[in-house]
Amino acid sequence: MDWGNFTQQLVNGLSLGAIYALIALGYTMVYGVLRFINFAHGDVFMIGAFTGLYAHSWLKPVFAFLPDYVSGVVTLLAAMAACALLGVVIEKLAYKPLRERSRLTALITAIGVSLFLSYSAQLLFGAAPRGFPELIKNHTHSLPGGASVTTEQIVVLVVTLLLLLALRYIVMNTRMGLAMRALSNNPTAASLMGVNTDAVISFTFALGSALAGAAGIFFALLYQAIDPFMGILPGVKAFVAAVLGGIGNIPGAALGGVLIGMVETFVVGYSNRIGIPSGYRDAVAFVILILILLFKPSGLLGKSDREKV
Amino acid sequence: MKNFIVAAVLLAGPAITGCKRVPSGEASSKEIVIGEFASLTGGTASFGQSSHKGVQMAVDEVNASGGVLGKPVRLVVEDNQSKAGEAATVVRRMISRDQIVALIGEVASSRSLEAAPIAQQNKVPMISPASTNPKVTEVGDYIFRVCFIDPFQGAVLAKFMLERGWKNVAILTDVKQDYAVGLTEFFESYLTKNGGTIVSDQSYSSGDKDFKAQLTSIRASNPQAILVSGYYNEAGLIASQARELGLTVPLLGGDGWDSPSLVQVAGNTMEGNYFSNHFSAEDTSPAVQNFLRKFQEKYKEEPDAMAALGYDATMLLFDAMKRAGSTESDGLRAAIASSKNFPGVTGSITLDEKRNASKPAVILTVKDGKFRYVETVTP
Repeated sequence: MDWGNFTQQLVNGLSLGAIYALIALGYTMVYGVLRFINFAHGDVFMIGAFTGLYAHSWLKPVFAFLPDYVSGVVTLLAAMAACALLGVVIEKLAYKPLRERSRLTALITAIGVSLFLSYSAQLLFGAAPRGFPELIKNHTHSLPGGASVTTEQIVVLVVTLLLLLALRYIVMNTRMGLAMRALSNNPTAASLMGVNTDAVISFTFALGSALAGAAGIFFALLYQAIDPFMGILPGVKAFVAAVLGGIGNIPGAALGGVLIGMVETFVVGYSNRIGIPSGYRDAVAFVILILILLFKPSGLLGKSDREKV
Repeated sequence: MKNFIVAAVLLAGPAITGCKRVPSGEASSKEIVIGEFASLTGGTASFGQSSHKGVQMAVDEVNASGGVLGKPVRLVVEDNQSKAGEAATVVRRMISRDQIVALIGEVASSRSLEAAPIAQQNKVPMISPASTNPKVTEVGDYIFRVCFIDPFQGAVLAKFMLERGWKNVAILTDVKQDYAVGLTEFFESYLTKNGGTIVSDQSYSSGDKDFKAQLTSIRASNPQAILVSGYYNEAGLIASQARELGLTVPLLGGDGWDSPSLVQVAGNTMEGNYFSNHFSAEDTSPAVQNFLRKFQEKYKEEPDAMAALGYDATMLLFDAMKRAGSTESDGLRAAIASSKNFPGVTGSITLDEKRNASKPAVILTVKDGKFRYVETVTP
């Protein structure tokens, strides 16, 4: 066993998993309050990456006078804000009018919104993949045993952790978080108790979409290229991550995301040793989905009802 | 009534093998209609854009000098969006709706393979400018190409590595593309027969963005060089992620790397890598320099190999039409098949009995963001 190699794959898997985790949170929160899967979520992630690209190039003259990390933070915040707004608008225009209909109607609408977003992006931004600027000076740092980690990977992991802690604070320690939990527990009772359902749902969409926007920036930072259809596969994999962790459960979504990223990386990295060709990378998540639905449909952490959002 | 027949053929076309096409309508007696399908948008947009510029230039040139057989040529272009499935749809449409007499396309072998059976069935001669997978022309006697094929290209790359003493080689293949899978296969067989070893064999799929897991595994096998068998988008990402992981050995690729986008994403991480190609803009032969000058005048940019091949494919088609004296399908097919020593931009083109061109390949390297000529390898 080559430990340097193993550590390297761990780093690779962890940074990919962090991105899946951020996207998976949006699926799980929306499911928590509305009981439906927002399949347009992966495209919000894509819009986040493009917002970052344009925000960075528009603000370039301003950034020239500022240190690197400021431009990075501004780009990240711009993408998160734009996605939060987009999430709220999508909910108001596409899902709210259908709230009293069957959940299948909303689900099919979500697929429609997803296609609308990716093809609109293709019209606006062109179909060819675009390079993403280096937001922070990237260095490679050596780890013991021959593995290495880049500055970008460290930043992605640290900021993801901070975002998760902030989310936990919002959900557990604020009035809005309490309202979200109440709504998720029993929508009718919550509205009878004076919870403004519409505001809470909008807030949930804004929160989830902002995290997807951040994930878009991180993905673009780590893998350098973005295109209008980049959101489809990560979106579906993050959905699997949310199911794996127990849909509706916030820590579960984060855990599921990291697990999917890890498993995917290890299957590809050790493909020769375990006898699965690395071309099966995208199938890994779906095999996991099938297994989880067969053996533990509630997901890994799905039973803890109290934390449901 | 004609519309009815067209509609009937459209519906029944795939079901009836070898069905005759609707006789040419009145429109085609006044002009010659040829079709081109290309990836004008999508993942390999650069291929389609370039080859289309070459084709368009050839058509404009021939029309400026009075057309072919006294008739002007009309080019019908369809975009397949770099997508599987789309090529078949647009080619069917061009054959039934526009009644094209010949078809130019595609660069990517997977999409040429999709369209070839349709062209063959409808007896429309098809010339691929740059599909190098041998299976393309094996579809039937109406399918031709003006470029070399991958058994040759794979051997060229393997020979180039062995000559430099790079015996331990890792491979990273795009398993979604027939071109990449074929190239890897021929490369591997030449390399291992001549004393080289494959130390790591990894794969990915077109559209992937994360290659770090594969590259980490490759790094552990200590290769002296890495073959990246696939197209330019992924090759650029692979180069930059390889450097991030501290892999400094040279990366090599085939003609699928030929695009200005290769260095746009990868930046300076592409420096010092090599790829095989059909033509070099640094070639001083009058044919190439003449083409370069005309292309730059028309499009204000430098042509790549796909543009040159698109131009050659179209010019070869016109030459065959002139020799056949008509655009009738059997005669045109025979005329294309007997093309001999046709003076193309990418070299002299003679089609063999398998309808392939046997031509030299060039090796290019990336230096200061530009593609520089290294050497020519003859078959």
